[in-house]
Amino acid sequence: MADVNLTVDGKKVTVPAGTLLIEACRAAGIEVPAFCYYPGLSLCGACRMCMVRIEKMPKLQTACTTPVAEGMTVHTETPEIAQARKATVELLLGNHPLDCPVCDAGGECELQDMTFKYGAPTSQYVEIKQHREEQQWSPVVYFDRPRCIMCYRCVRVCGEGMDVWALGVQNRGAGSVIAPNRQDHLDCEECGMCIDICPVGALTSDTYRYKTRPWEMNHVATVCTHCGDGCKTTLGVRRADDGMEIVRGDNRDKSGINEDFLCIKGRYAFDFANHPDRLTKPLIRQADRSFATATWEQALELAAKKLKEVRDTKGPDAIGVIGSNRTTNEENYLLQKFARTVLGTNNIDHHRTADYVSFVRALAGKADRAASLRDAGTAPAILLLGNDPTEQHPALAWALRTNVRLNKAKLFLVNTSDIKLRRQAKAFLHIPEGGYADAVRFLGSNDADFHGIEGAADFRDALRAEPKLLILFGSEFRGHDIDALVSFGLSLPDARFACLADYANSRGAADMGLLPDLLPGYRPVAAPGPFAEEYPNLPQKPGKDLIEMFDAAERGELGALYVVGANPVERYNVDPASLKNTFVIVQEMFLTETAQIADVVLPAANLYEKGGSVTNSYGDLQLVKKAGDRAGVRSDLELIVRIADRMGAKPQQLVPFGRGLRADTGQSRGAQSGEADRHSIWLASRQIEPKVSPFDPYAVLDEIARLVPGYDVERMNLLAGNDVRTKLVSIEPAASTTRRDLVLPAQDALFTSGTLGRYSAKLAEVHESHRKSPAETAAD
Amino acid sequence: MPELVSHPEEVKVISRRWGQGAADIDKYIELGGYAALRKCIEQGPEWVINEMKTSGLRGRGGAGFPTGMKWSFVPKQSEKPKYVLVNGDESEPGTCKDHLIFLHDPHSVIEGTMIAGLAIGAKVGFIYLRGEYRYLIEIMERALAQCYERGILGKNIFGTGFDFDALSHTGAGAYEVGEESALMESLEGKRGVPRIKPPFPAVVGLYGGPTVINNAETIASVPFIIEMGGAAYAKLGTERNGGTRLFGISGKVNRPGVYELPMGYNLKKMIYEVAGGIPNGKALKAVVPGGASCPILRADEIDVGMDFDQMGKAGTMLGSAGVVVLDETVSIVEFALRTIKFYQHESCGWCIPCREGTDWLKKTMTRFYEGYGTTKDIDNMRYLAENMLGRTFCPLGDAAAMPMIGFFKKFRDEFEEYIRANPSAPESQALVELVGA
Repeated sequence: MADVNLTVDGKKVTVPAGTLLIEACRAAGIEVPAFCYYPGLSLCGACRMCMVRIEKMPKLQTACTTPVAEGMTVHTETPEIAQARKATVELLLGNHPLDCPVCDAGGECELQDMTFKYGAPTSQYVEIKQHREEQQWSPVVYFDRPRCIMCYRCVRVCGEGMDVWALGVQNRGAGSVIAPNRQDHLDCEECGMCIDICPVGALTSDTYRYKTRPWEMNHVATVCTHCGDGCKTTLGVRRADDGMEIVRGDNRDKSGINEDFLCIKGRYAFDFANHPDRLTKPLIRQADRSFATATWEQALELAAKKLKEVRDTKGPDAIGVIGSNRTTNEENYLLQKFARTVLGTNNIDHHRTADYVSFVRALAGKADRAASLRDAGTAPAILLLGNDPTEQHPALAWALRTNVRLNKAKLFLVNTSDIKLRRQAKAFLHIPEGGYADAVRFLGSNDADFHGIEGAADFRDALRAEPKLLILFGSEFRGHDIDALVSFGLSLPDARFACLADYANSRGAADMGLLPDLLPGYRPVAAPGPFAEEYPNLPQKPGKDLIEMFDAAERGELGALYVVGANPVERYNVDPASLKNTFVIVQEMFLTETAQIADVVLPAANLYEKGGSVTNSYGDLQLVKKAGDRAGVRSDLELIVRIADRMGAKPQQLVPFGRGLRADTGQSRGAQSGEADRHSIWLASRQIEPKVSPFDPYAVLDEIARLVPGYDVERMNLLAGNDVRTKLVSIEPAASTTRRDLVLPAQDALFTSGTLGRYSAKLAEVHESHRKSPAETAAD
Repeated sequence: MPELVSHPEEVKVISRRWGQGAADIDKYIELGGYAALRKCIEQGPEWVINEMKTSGLRGRGGAGFPTGMKWSFVPKQSEKPKYVLVNGDESEPGTCKDHLIFLHDPHSVIEGTMIAGLAIGAKVGFIYLRGEYRYLIEIMERALAQCYERGILGKNIFGTGFDFDALSHTGAGAYEVGEESALMESLEGKRGVPRIKPPFPAVVGLYGGPTVINNAETIASVPFIIEMGGAAYAKLGTERNGGTRLFGISGKVNRPGVYELPMGYNLKKMIYEVAGGIPNGKALKAVVPGGASCPILRADEIDVGMDFDQMGKAGTMLGSAGVVVLDETVSIVEFALRTIKFYQHESCGWCIPCREGTDWLKKTMTRFYEGYGTTKDIDNMRYLAENMLGRTFCPLGDAAAMPMIGFFKKFRDEFEEYIRANPSAPESQALVELVGA
């Protein structure tokens, strides 16, 4: 549409026709205050705060509902306008409890800000304020009615944004009240969007309410550790006896890939970090099979000694290494480097939740066809095969819903289940169980019939007519099915692809080469390229995959197993007895099923307690930042270096520190512990300058950027907290070995999150409460 | 059935058939009904709209928007169906004219709806009745059923190929749905809160389709205008205020009732001659000229013609032409309380100034009435009402603020006298300190 010229407070502004005046003002750098206006949600015009004077109009107008017009002259701050806003604030304060000193929103409350700006210092009213008792609407949502100013943001974000429609308005006039649509409780996805969007403290969360003041927290912008979407979350952190406590998660500044969206996991499921079962002391298995706590020196020494012993006596092939979906890229990279250069084995794997190997192979040479999560919010048409994003990829579901709602994007679904996103779909192909490969074949064919499904051919024809299509698929697609899907997509005018995996760094684990046959960047071990020079004595033979390692253990051929942040015993239903002849070293937060059978357990920091980077399902790279130190745990990065050091490897060779842009990022212990002194002695004894650290993840990131194709990203952008695209530069199809299908979907839903989820009390509580009374809304 | 009043000064146009059993279709046709519709079908939409423009008919709901112009705003081509909507949510205190139309001449509403539909190209009309008018719905339903029986509604009406369906619907007791966009929300089965304008109903209305929404009296006037011709109708009234109007006169008069008088009829004459003056020789104190939302006129301000323009000049509004007469025995303080109680009760609560403003006005006014008022309260209430005016989402806020401002402006002395005559209770000294004297 053509541009429109207008004048706001004397400034000339040019904006596209149809722009709302409030947005045009913002474009000119002029903030027009509003409670009810919220970009992306339907217009309300209810709060009357955004009143402005438009010349030639008889009354003040609401800037949030007025589209710009050519030649419009607008005044946003005049005595008349200030008086109108003051009067509105006065009216709101008339019934507002003014319990700001204890209110969660105190200090970050929009009503406080408005009162500060427009001033309503004296009250005209002496009548008693309306009071109602606080209500709990769900395991996470509380409502303090007197604080509510009726901006309807919560109602709209729940309905329009989440497509949940759990909130509504009851009664009329001064008795109007926000209320759940189902009697006294919310029948919802517990996302907490309503709480975050509330401009005042009317809606509060169970995890944060009455805990602290906003200015008493550190606010740390990092990445959620749960699913594969990689949402940015800002953690509110305060000091605690054992280091730190996370009390809040949000993304109010909309700075991340997820904008202001977070699901229950990003917003509330951080409490595992402070779970009482958290391991804080190393454990060593005693002769009587019981665990005894040990010092770090004892535990690290024992682990290193055993690994060295097995390597030197039984050979490198007798050691297995299993990495994690939730450790950083730097840790994953370092782990495989450690395995390949210090242990000397390719026996390394991880729990694969999607077949990235096949995905990368299928898109060989077509890096520009790999899609970002951001594309889901902008693509004009989307084909989603398999997966249920509402449960498994909430941010993706949000992006798709928003794209359909605001941009009229066309969503095509192929699924065996009647998933909730069907409500947004333009077309839905409900296929029989196990029919994905068949469905892709049909989409590429000119067949008239597909299992007798009505409209199947129309679905296919509409899809093929899309000039620009984003193709998303879940772990239902593996191996040659991915090849078939990609080649169908490539037959269309312009298709991009993304493969959905289950955890925060599932993609990173594969990209970083936690694979027995592929080096970082999916480079075959037999054709190592630059790694040949970089990695001394790189073994050329593909190693054992995860299943083969346990098979070898059963045969008594696996002398040692080093597990970093994974729980294969539970995940793959491994018989603990099969590992009786294997020395098991586990780095973990909790005494998981795998840790329980370990010989040495090293307490590890989680993703919120360290720095580094993670790659989401779509290949978007983001930095994670340490929320705070926690006593008794160490990052996996540090532990790998410590073990390597004790095995006689040179830390300098493992971590190319000193070459990087940054030195110590605070991975070492605090100055108060005395550890700092010990640390500098350790550095000095290895001829390392004290100003650099061998535990610096950025030093590893430097090496990743140098050696891993596609990770040579713009560092400043990354450091600024933005998501940066990695480029998928892939293996030659011929060079890859076709191995068996090792993908094991996590089967997580909205309220579960693997082993980690079990230790989130909030997630477990919500899961339990929803199990008892399943939601009914999904049906309508 | 309420007794009908009559006066020689009346010019009976739309009340012509009242009291003659015209609710029955046979009687209605016998008295000339549905001839206007035939004529319109013959002449076509453009002719109809021109006649409406010529007639000078202005919306009888209160805003006074020219009806012909409103109809002409509806786009000729539309992907979505167009609708005619009759606003029979008559709720303005002091107003009871539509009630009589529905009671005595429901077919005039149906016929008017059909003509409007023909003019704008709509195939469906909805007649929305006030929730409290449930007893009228049976009359309306029967009238509609008779139309279908006679082939006056449905397909191929009079064999002309004109199709039209009409339905009736009742509200659930909210004044707010008298506002046209809130009425559409209500009719669609949602909460009765107003919509953002623009878009206006003529472009995006009921179910998103172009919609003409008119007051029941406006619509009922249509067949009569067609019958007598727009020009003749216009001549009945004053300049730019064509035709007659149903004036509902209530309060302290000898002969209250609904009278059909030409637009521009003198208010003083209306009270003293048509309605028979004030009973018991009492003196007139004030008049609310057009329903509760219109600013009050003092006794010395009533020598004025009752049309939209003259009332505007007099600082008030013609509104719904519900004339409420107050004599010297009526307490303005009590009247103000009654007025604000109504608006506080009826505020839909959507926007802050109306929801909170009416509530605080009512609370303060209640205390004032109970004898615990201070002079500062009068200032506070006026300040509050003035800060609501023009700032609310829909006209309901203005409808509450305008009369209140009028009371405080014109009868401040009576409020002050009320404080003096009701010496504050001893404990209210603290209150005076809190509020200010």
